[in-house]
Amino acid sequence: MQITIDEAKCCGAGQCVLVAPDVFDQRDEDGIVVLLNAAPDAGLHAAVREAATICPAAAIQVRE
Amino acid sequence: MTTTAPLPPLPSRPPSGCPFDPPEGLARLRLEEPLSKVALDDGGWAWLATRYTDVRAILGDVRFSSDTSAAGYPVSGMTGGSPRPGATRGFIRMDPPEHTRLRRMVTRDFMVKRVEALRPILQRLTDELCDAMERTDRSERPVDLVQALALPLPSLAISLLLGVPYEDHDTFQRLTGTLLSRDLTEEQREPARNELLAYIDQLVGAKKADPGDDIISRLVTEQYARDELTHEDLVAFAVLLLVAGHETTANMIGLSALSLMLDQETAGRLREDPSLIRGAVEELLRFHSIIRNGPRRAALADVEVGGQLIRRGEGVIVAVPSANRDEDTFPDAGRLDITRPNAQHHVAFGYGIHQCLGQALARAELQVVISTLLRRFPGMRPAVPVEEIPFRTDMVIYGCHALPVTW
Repeated sequence: MQITIDEAKCCGAGQCVLVAPDVFDQRDEDGIVVLLNAAPDAGLHAAVREAATICPAAAIQVRE
Repeated sequence: MTTTAPLPPLPSRPPSGCPFDPPEGLARLRLEEPLSKVALDDGGWAWLATRYTDVRAILGDVRFSSDTSAAGYPVSGMTGGSPRPGATRGFIRMDPPEHTRLRRMVTRDFMVKRVEALRPILQRLTDELCDAMERTDRSERPVDLVQALALPLPSLAISLLLGVPYEDHDTFQRLTGTLLSRDLTEEQREPARNELLAYIDQLVGAKKADPGDDIISRLVTEQYARDELTHEDLVAFAVLLLVAGHETTANMIGLSALSLMLDQETAGRLREDPSLIRGAVEELLRFHSIIRNGPRRAALADVEVGGQLIRRGEGVIVAVPSANRDEDTFPDAGRLDITRPNAQHHVAFGYGIHQCLGQALARAELQVVISTLLRRFPGMRPAVPVEEIPFRTDMVIYGCHALPVTW
């Protein structure tokens, strides 16, 4: 799994952080998404897919 | 000459029926005519989207504008808080890049870790409000849960964050209540809007003279001082955050408490396993969907949604309560199921770039309040028959005007 994020699209809703806190965080200065791990272990894949699904701004792209 | 039948108005809630169900007629539209035309008060019309996939498609597409001055924007028809075109507006009435620029000034204040750090404060405020309820003598009951807990907690929390003196809460709660009443015309709401603007204007002035440790002060000392924000935008900002932080969570707390009091089996499960609270709050958000007949958009281009062409300059109203009860996405959607696997796919906070900025705060408040109520007041029950509870059928945000409880 390879994750990319589009900071320009991110609206800081933070749902990715709730769903997959080991993979996503928010930047202190502006709340915009920070990718902690672009290629997480298989155990986190379901949570990452869920984060991409619920991201309201479609800022998370997942390539499997 | 051809004559056409008059369009139906927006579905509204009948005075009887299950108080937790969306307005009658939405389910039929969702099945038979998921994008239908509805009449607006001003003689115009708008599309009404009722299906989950269509609602997400519209809200997630920036070709649908949130700017109330965009051609076709459905301003009339129980718009509640919608200002008239040209009036002072917060960033929810803007499109990118203006929207992005302004929203990002406050995104950090509502991000997940900031809210998590607030959790002990939310718990303390909740405990204090519960202590006061507990101290009431039997003769003082029933207690109105709306006044005792549901409204004060979000009010205290947003006041604290914004630096609004809580002593003024009677004033701003009265004004926001008037602004969100859909039985009033825009003209009737105007004095309340002006009074709230004047109140915030004066508060912003006070923060300029003597900044504190709060969001408004920071906007004053940073963004305003750097000319990134005009005084007018700053006032609109504060009004938006204050209004959005109030009625929404308050009504979710009231409805959530009521639905759990009426469903003791679910309440019991939640009491026995507090770890279910996160999923339960998502399901309560989906189930209750307190936003009535909104959000609204105007098409900036011809866009096909669910097989229907929506033309540039046409207005769209998105029926969030209908989307959240769509059986195709949420099987057995009319049932409150706190372990529903996809409950968090709800669109109760909207979807797209305008999705609720305060959602982490709302979630934390709901999780704290509901857990605390279940733990501390296991015997709490409505003090009147459900038919006698005054539901907010007259408001943009659904809920209970009052919720008399005893224990």
